[in-house]
Amino acid sequence: MGYETVIGLEVHCQLLTDSKLFCGCSTDYIGKEPNTNVCPVCLGLPGSLPVLNKKALEFALKAAIALNCEILPYSHFYRKNYFYPDLPKAYQITQYDIPVGRHGWIELPYSHKRIGITRIHLEEDAGKLVHPTKTGRIEHATYSLVDYNRAGVPLIEIVSEPDFSSPSEAREYLMELRSIVQHLGISDGNMELGSMRCDANVSVHREGEGLGVKVELKNMNSFKALERALNYEVERQIKLIKSGGRVEQETRHWSEPEKKTISLRGKEEAQDYRYFPEPDLLPIYVDEEILESIKSDMPELPANRRKRFVSMGIGEKEASIMVIEKSIGDYFEEAVKYFGDAKSIANWILGDFLGELNRAGLEIQDSRVKPHQLGRLLTLIKDGTISGKIAKKVFSIMFDTGDDPDEIVKREGLVQIVDRSEIEKVVEEVLSANPDAVESYRKGKANIFNFLVGQVMKATKGKANPNVVRDILQKKI
Amino acid sequence: MELFELPAWKLGKMMESGEVTAVEVVESVLSRIEEREEILHCYNEVYGEEALQEAEEIDKRRKGGEKLPPFAGIPVAVKDNICVKGKDITCSSKILKGFISPYDATVIRKIKSQKMIIIGRTNMDEFAMGSSTENSAYGVTRNPLDTSKVPGGSSGGSAAAVASGEAIVALGSDTGGSIRQPAAFCGVVGFKPTYGLVSRYGLIAFASSLDQIGPITKDVRDAAAMLEIIAGKDNYDSTSLPVKVPHYSTMLEDDISEIRVGIMEEYNAEGVSEEVIEGIEEVIDIFRTMRVNVKSVSFPHMEYALPCYYIIAPAEASSNLARYDGVQYGISEETVEDIRELYRKVRTSGFGKEVKRRIMMGTYVLSSGYYDAFYLKAQKVRTLIRHDFERAFKDVDVIIGPTSPTVAFGIGERTADPISMYLSDIFTIPANLAGISAISIPLFKDGNLPVGIHIVGKALGEIDILKVSYKLEQELKERGLYHGI
Ligand SMILES: [Zn+2]
Repeated sequence: MGYETVIGLEVHCQLLTDSKLFCGCSTDYIGKEPNTNVCPVCLGLPGSLPVLNKKALEFALKAAIALNCEILPYSHFYRKNYFYPDLPKAYQITQYDIPVGRHGWIELPYSHKRIGITRIHLEEDAGKLVHPTKTGRIEHATYSLVDYNRAGVPLIEIVSEPDFSSPSEAREYLMELRSIVQHLGISDGNMELGSMRCDANVSVHREGEGLGVKVELKNMNSFKALERALNYEVERQIKLIKSGGRVEQETRHWSEPEKKTISLRGKEEAQDYRYFPEPDLLPIYVDEEILESIKSDMPELPANRRKRFVSMGIGEKEASIMVIEKSIGDYFEEAVKYFGDAKSIANWILGDFLGELNRAGLEIQDSRVKPHQLGRLLTLIKDGTISGKIAKKVFSIMFDTGDDPDEIVKREGLVQIVDRSEIEKVVEEVLSANPDAVESYRKGKANIFNFLVGQVMKATKGKANPNVVRDILQKKI
Repeated sequence: MELFELPAWKLGKMMESGEVTAVEVVESVLSRIEEREEILHCYNEVYGEEALQEAEEIDKRRKGGEKLPPFAGIPVAVKDNICVKGKDITCSSKILKGFISPYDATVIRKIKSQKMIIIGRTNMDEFAMGSSTENSAYGVTRNPLDTSKVPGGSSGGSAAAVASGEAIVALGSDTGGSIRQPAAFCGVVGFKPTYGLVSRYGLIAFASSLDQIGPITKDVRDAAAMLEIIAGKDNYDSTSLPVKVPHYSTMLEDDISEIRVGIMEEYNAEGVSEEVIEGIEEVIDIFRTMRVNVKSVSFPHMEYALPCYYIIAPAEASSNLARYDGVQYGISEETVEDIRELYRKVRTSGFGKEVKRRIMMGTYVLSSGYYDAFYLKAQKVRTLIRHDFERAFKDVDVIIGPTSPTVAFGIGERTADPISMYLSDIFTIPANLAGISAISIPLFKDGNLPVGIHIVGKALGEIDILKVSYKLEQELKERGLYHGI
């Protein structure tokens, strides 16, 4: 008898507003001196009061619209009360009974499965604890430090229905969600830097039986980590049930170095957050006018963009990859303006370009090669100025220097040789230098032909036009 | 007459005409502090030297021909729960000891821009929880009219300072009567504005949906002028109202014959003392002689106001006071096993008994399983009380009743019985629950302790109650029921 898996995700995205959710401090806190990006409001100093950043609400509404949610005309903030040193007021201002949006859905790009969105709400981020030990973990620390630079940064929490039946579906969803918030321009969705965070609820049960006990998973800081953690947890639970054990309702922490989940706290310590309406803030009213103005200002979303890319002549799979990161899609579209063959541009981006970026650890928008330069490089191939092979070399130099391809070709003397007599001379030299090869070709070893082409190319440092080389060789041999 | 006995509007004029200097005014107040403070203990801290320096600066500028605001140089006392940049602020709690506010409350910004001089921070019930200023970690304040009596609370320090001449005017805060009841006990004027008229930014929260800053003054004219200074929309307080502040002080002498006066039917309910009932009846008589039609109005849900308040206020307080955990500011503990021990130690030693009681009540009523039965129900009752007022205000514009069921009671008399203490605010609490405006003005009779006359107005009905109380104040003077200091 098989097992079925049920997974739901809770995703937090930091919003790219200029200022924090309830004060004027910047949201750009990464790398700043601890506790310098703060004010009385986000420090929760006595007497301070929150004032809602309207931009954050607008961003949350954008997300709710993109996720096909029902938008509620009236919602309000609540206080979620709990003690923790990273929470300066000892309560988090969040939403509770009435979120910004609810009952939405998202269609997965590959499996085309529809995943339900339970709710999306707005809340504030907490500060960060630093445990000054080698491991950086609290259990080894004799004291901890707290940095409130992040406190009050706006977050949206997006809660999915438990609609995933496998870890890979969950990952697919998360990638699509990231792409959506990127395309909306409301979050950069960077999991490594924590601007996108994901918790999961996982349970397994025997086929045909009722739902199993839910375990909450935390601390997955990449797409890979999410999938690994879910796979581990699903297996752990199945093993446990098979061996006659019982899954405990608890929170578990994914340890990336140990590649396993560790129990964090059990149900018996479940907290009572004593939610109540935040008296320092007014209710939020979203009228038709605001909603219409946001709707009329919605950018293109990944699903549509994929379709459009396909209609430009590239494969579905390539289109999907190009949309996973909005910046790649943007680059692609810009380059196509300079070189009309979308398929070639896509092949270059997904091939050599992403390879170089990975090696250099760069994002496409940070690359020295600008879209018009990539377009120009492909034009040089098309008009026969350089061969495809030389183009790879030119690209590599472009990637390192940011120079224009024309300049590199000229500087390095890489213009293709198309003059037949010049190539004929080289072919003859190669033939006389390789009598054995010629012999075995004539005896029927057809693949020796490519070896001879290669020798000619090598002798011309790759500059000879390979078609001309083939043509001449064919005749001479 | 000593300068410290005069109201601010008079001193302002005298300073402007050059009759007295700001230094003389400040010196007069400081000498009064010197004389009385040891017994009264109105202040947690007096800023004597700075106040004199500021006064010198003002005199210099005035001499140089500069036109200064009318209250420039007036010494103002500030309740120790309103943030003044660079100054300690304690809420009369041990837990905030050593905390220095890095910013000015909006009202402080406003009084500073008027060149008023902050003379000190006044004693109060810890975190404004109390009605006698006995719940202070820094000692009790005594009633200047009878030092065996309490000054009322929680703004007891502010009221006592104004009553004794240790300040010319003061700022207090009112969550359930904390401005009006001590004003009544000390025989001065206390004003609680409509919720949202005065910014709460920089007021250390007790119960956010009820708290409101207001003035404590020697007369109604000063109350109107102070309100004009501190009121107004503030972008730092989301709950502040987007209204233009009227020039209250220029409208005081306007005709009041159009204003319909109501008398709260329940003024002579059980527990209201004889002298208080007599005081109210005196007022009714004044209006009758003035040929003002006085109508009786009833409040069917009056008896639920107190229990409703004692659910909502502690609920909000339990959350507002959770931040005092020894992590960022105030008292802390150097060596603890873990964070829980830090919280426990700091909060156990830092909070007083009444604050702990209310935190526990508030935590309880918000707990899952109790929320609906207590907090949610209290919110519904709050709506009913609001409706009571709405109904009453169809027939009348202001409602008169007692500020407190009794005059000032003895120190220590009610500390053992919290309920008897809570009952002291039974007439003031409804205005906070409804978010409307109210004033207390004193009636002195036969050398007894004063009775507070409570005049409640509509939301943003400040001008009506100011006009009525100004007129009443004039009539009390006529009848010899008024007592300056
Ligand atoms: Zn801030």
